[in-house]
Parts: sequence; C-alpha cells; structure tokens
Amino acid sequence: MRKGVMRPGHVQIRVLDMDEAVKHYKDLLGLIEVDRDDQGRVYLKGWTEVDKFSVVLRQADEPGMDFMGFKCLSEEVVDQLRGELAEFGCEVEDVPEGELKDCGRRVRFIAPTGHAFEVFATKKQTGKWGVGNHNPEAWPMGLEGMKATRFDHCLLYGPNLDETLDLFRDVLGFELAEQVIAPDGKRVAQFLTASMKAHDVAFIHHEEPAKFHHASFFLETWQDVLKAADLLSMTDTSIDIGPTRHGLTHGQTIYFFDPSGNRNEVFAGGDYHYPDHEPVTWDAEELGKAIFYHDRALNERFLSVLT
Amino acid sequence: MGEFFQITEQCSGQSFHCKAGQSVLKAMESQGLKCVPVGCRGGGCGFCKVTVLSGDYECGKMSRVHAPEEAQAKGEVLACRIYPLTDLIVECRPQPAATLTPHA
Ligand code: FES
Ligand SMILES: [Fe+2]
Repeated sequence: MRKGVMRPGHVQIRVLDMDEAVKHYKDLLGLIEVDRDDQGRVYLKGWTEVDKFSVVLRQADEPGMDFMGFKCLSEEVVDQLRGELAEFGCEVEDVPEGELKDCGRRVRFIAPTGHAFEVFATKKQTGKWGVGNHNPEAWPMGLEGMKATRFDHCLLYGPNLDETLDLFRDVLGFELAEQVIAPDGKRVAQFLTASMKAHDVAFIHHEEPAKFHHASFFLETWQDVLKAADLLSMTDTSIDIGPTRHGLTHGQTIYFFDPSGNRNEVFAGGDYHYPDHEPVTWDAEELGKAIFYHDRALNERFLSVLT
Repeated sequence: MGEFFQITEQCSGQSFHCKAGQSVLKAMESQGLKCVPVGCRGGGCGFCKVTVLSGDYECGKMSRVHAPEEAQAKGEVLACRIYPLTDLIVECRPQPAATLTPHA
C-alpha cells in the first residue's frame, strides 16, 4: 500500500576531486549546476526535474554514496513515516531545514543494508530548467553532453535484503516490482518502486554493507543511449558495459564510471509497474541474461566493483 | 616527450610499456593484457590494487579506504592512479571471486 512517498528526490555522492566531478556530471551527463554551498558541495539536476536539485556532490577521501532521499507528499507524511521508522527499529536522525540549501527538514534512517536514506517533503521548486510549465517548449536549448533528463534510481549492494524489503514495503509503501531468486529460495536482488517506474531503488545481496553500485539517469531514446556511448569514447571516459539491454526492467542502458570510480548509468525505456502487478521473477541461474540481455553473461566487474 | 617505461607484473611475468603521464592500468589495457584486474579506472573501487616492488612513480587521488596513507607509503597502491617515473616492478594482489550466492 502506498504511503505517500513520491519519488527519489536526491542522492549525495562523494567524489575525490570536485572539479573533475563537476566536469563529468555537468559537461558529460548534461546535468545543470544550480548551486554550491559553504561546505563546497555542488548541487545539480536533470533539466526535466521540477525541484531545485537532485544530485549533490561532496568532496571526500573515499567515493561512494552518502545518502539517498525520497520526496513525500506532505510534512504530515514525513511525521507519520518518522514514527513508523522508529517503531520498525531504524536509527532515525532529524536533519534540520537548510542543511541542504533550499531543502526542508529531512528524516534520515539507516536501512538494514547499511545505507542511509532520507524522507522529506519540502524543497524549493524552480521548475523544469529552461522551459518552465507555462506553454513549455519540447526541450530547452543549451543542454550539454548526454542531456540527462532526470535522476532516476540507485542500485545499492548490502546484506539483509529481506528486512530491507519489509522496511521499504511495509513502512515506506514501496512495491516489489522485480526480484532474482537463488536456487535455495533466497532473494538475491530486489527492485522496488514507489511509483509506476520499474524501479526507484534496487538492492543486490552483498556481504559488505552500504556499498554503492550506481546512480542512474533517464534518457529519452535508445538513440540517446548510443550517443551517450559516443560521448564516453570521445572523452575517453571509463566504460563498464554497454550499450545493451537489461533483462530485469528491460531498459536500454550503458554503464560507465565517474572520475572517482562511482558507477553511473544512463538508460531509456523499460517496463512499468502498477500496484496490482505481481512481481516479475528471475532465476539466479538466468542472472547473466537478467542483467545483460544480449551478452547473457555477467561480467565480474558488475558484481564486485563498488564504491 | 615520448618517454616509455617498462612495467613488469611479477605474478604473471608479463611486462608492458607505459608512457610518461599514463596510468599503469591504462597502459596495460591498451596492450591487451589482463594481469591486473580492471575495475572503475578512477581510484575508487580498489580492484586494481598492486604492490610496487621497485621503481618510482607519482600517485593520483585514490580512495583512502583502498589505499590508506600507510599502505600507500609501503607501495600498496591502485594501478589506475599511478604514473611511472622509472621502470616499475609491481605485484598484483589476488582477488576473492565474487558471487551472488548469499552465505548467511
Ligand atoms: S580500477 Fe578501481 S581503483 Fe583502480
Ligand atoms: Fe540501474
């Protein structure tokens, strides 16, 4: 049952070198830089996003993800979820309004996979970049690189998938859209949605907690994915795999790395999910095809290269 | 200009050339070799960890989790973020195989 969580609102990513990172996320992915703060963090967004920012970069000694935040319908929803999160047994922390610029208070909690998540309801809305919402043109001029339209989801690696599903489904109102089941019946991957999208956040089982696999950005078409691949070669950017298609969610995709080794994805297409849909199930024996539909084989890197 | 160094990887016995200013991992990849595992190529994942047994090099930024300062001082570094100044002998760390099978 939906509980008032709307969508991924933001992700804060640690980078080793801010200048290199900004160049990557801005010039290559085509995100729009919207602000910086006195901690040196840089705020960006995809051009179709109505909220002021969705990606925050923070310079640190070790790359990875600091936290991922979900935007909720109202402050009442955030209060309600705060209570239920604590009841579920999560460590809950209140992050005051303004800690992220132009963002209201956030409630932060640690999932059983070890990742930090947040729920919040208030963030300055600056509208779609370059087009607004009054007689808008199809797209704005002046977009760079891959022209990423929005921050779409994260894939995260960690332990305790069952407890994490309980938390996301029962407390936060996500649904299980797709799963991968091992021969012994254990779920080793779960794709969760709070919307009609194939996934808003996904988890793969991994012994070490709190690992970051990728942050993903949405493109309009397969042609855009191919152009993204061209841009990666033009800029000699580290490619992981692709362009290809996923079996899971059926999106058309390419994976690559930012200059600090954090994996990014840009993708187009993919399945949708309604609340009355049964989860889609893949057998772990078919994992190669589930992840890379054309190669039908896993690459070692996909499973073990994490930040 | 045009200066090359010879990099030797001890476990496999393979060697390859690396241009001044080029990372050891990139030089290896460009010559079609696989003696050091290739991950993110950005100093973030620790996949390409090697120990430098001899030679001088410069380091780019690498994750402190995978290359803490003490380790870096002992030559335990990430091949994607080292740039040779002389010929180098490096040794690759064996990696544990990844699986998706849950253990607990
Ligand atoms: S390949 Fe990831 S740290 Fe070198
Ligand atoms: Fe993805």
